[in-house]
Amino acid sequence: MSRLDSRAQDLLRELAPVVLGSLLRRYRDFGDCEDAVQEALIAAAKQWPEQGLPENPRGWLITVATRRLTDQVRSDTARRLREQLVVSLIPADEQIARAADEGGVNERDETLDLYFLCCHPALSSASQIALTLRAVGGLTTAEIARAFMVPEATLAQRLSRAKQTIKAAGTSFPAPTGADRSARLPSVLKVLYLVFSEGYTATAGDQLYRVDLSTEAIRVTRLLAELLAGDEEAGGRLPGEAEAGGLLALMLLTDARRSARTGPAAELIPLDEQDRSRWDRARIDEGERILARALAMGPTGPYQIQAAIAALHDTAPETDATDWAQILGLYEVLLRFGDNPMASLSRAIALAMVEGPDAGLAALDALDRDPRIKGSHRLDAARAHLLERAGRHAEAIACYDRAHKKTTSTPERNYLLLRAARIRDAHRGAGSI
Amino acid sequence: MKYMLMMNAAGGNAGYQIASWPAQDIKAHIAFMIGFSKKLSAAGELVAAEGLSGPDQARRVRAGAGGEPITDGVFPETKEFLAGYWIVDVDSPERAYAIAAEASAAPGPGGKPLNMPIEVRQVMSGPPPEFT
Repeated sequence: MSRLDSRAQDLLRELAPVVLGSLLRRYRDFGDCEDAVQEALIAAAKQWPEQGLPENPRGWLITVATRRLTDQVRSDTARRLREQLVVSLIPADEQIARAADEGGVNERDETLDLYFLCCHPALSSASQIALTLRAVGGLTTAEIARAFMVPEATLAQRLSRAKQTIKAAGTSFPAPTGADRSARLPSVLKVLYLVFSEGYTATAGDQLYRVDLSTEAIRVTRLLAELLAGDEEAGGRLPGEAEAGGLLALMLLTDARRSARTGPAAELIPLDEQDRSRWDRARIDEGERILARALAMGPTGPYQIQAAIAALHDTAPETDATDWAQILGLYEVLLRFGDNPMASLSRAIALAMVEGPDAGLAALDALDRDPRIKGSHRLDAARAHLLERAGRHAEAIACYDRAHKKTTSTPERNYLLLRAARIRDAHRGAGSI
Repeated sequence: MKYMLMMNAAGGNAGYQIASWPAQDIKAHIAFMIGFSKKLSAAGELVAAEGLSGPDQARRVRAGAGGEPITDGVFPETKEFLAGYWIVDVDSPERAYAIAAEASAAPGPGGKPLNMPIEVRQVMSGPPPEFT
């Protein structure tokens, strides 16, 4: 079977949420519509390479999806309502209105509402992620399953339960606007951030067959930011819009370092040892531009601050020339938004860079009293780094050893093992270790 | 037929041995393991491969009177613990043993083969043809 070229594949993914939004406007049932769109996407992936791109790809997809939906409803209610049911699903005022393949001003809103629907508060975050990738991202169940390295049947089941949950919660489409959207925007952003981190931290698996989740997260977040900006032109502006920009900037500024952060054997390379000439300048420039716009728009939020920290790293020629004082200040601002132990940990490292390792170690000691992070491998690893910087080698090795026994990430365990071995190698024969 | 290949590491006071190796040998070991899985995957023989986190966090769980989980652990005295496994789909037990032998010879300190024991167990299958 011939395959879609990457441009057609991009087009399919862009159209997926538009087609779904359009179907939902008429048929309401999220689960059925989503299934129908998925089938239309699969049909397109099969037929387009053989028959060529249709003249109106969007219309083609809507027609096929609608047909599938009608078939489905027909077979579901074989004895009873048959086609009348499809008609009755359409609200009366829309039965004579636009055709489903007719574009309109509402298209943007419909796509935007998909994000909110997929991040329904009744769903677990794993389900929110899977549903967002499928409904908004236009990925197939198989692609999402491979990306998370779970069996396809497991993921299909997760998606189907998620749709049942939405149905049971009685959410009609479109999702309520205004206050409800504002309240849900943070969870939408969090889901997108989780997708990005999953892609960014996963180094295992066969890259050839895995959808790149980081790139996918950036694409979907970019679309969200554009939709929110369009919303503003249309009238009401969501208070969280600046944070959507902040998140997009954070992703771009982090992703810019991706190719430099792993070595040839998939080993992790820490920031201070990365080859900075391999950082993606175009991504950094774009991230900085988007961040500047978000900061100007306000109000400032945690994603914008984290993006600002990433930007300071990205624009520094080397670790020692990094503006650590400003980074320290930004972590302190970040902590004002919420007492987050991971932010406190990063603040301690920045403090060590400004005032020396002892100050950083003292700040880490304070975290030993925080039950949320006490005993975690991250705390051990951070302490090990600072002890190493302070030249306290034996203690550093002990901390690295404690950390590598506790981490559940293979690349991180390898990194910590190697870090300890390196100190041991350097001082072998010196007698002290 | 499917086989599970289990790699056991020495526990107890011996700890996770690899932690005391020189960096170069750790690197060679990791590279071997990555290459080994890639090769099995490319040959179409790999079903699954997972490394398990250390025994420091292992818990033994039993259901209590009301079905609630009762956890027990940690087990620092355990002589051996499962460090990871591969599940392969092959034509014969001999092929499974050959794969296990290759894993067993993963490089250790000084690049010498570790010759660690790999436990090979056949995975139970569905009903035999006469029942279907």
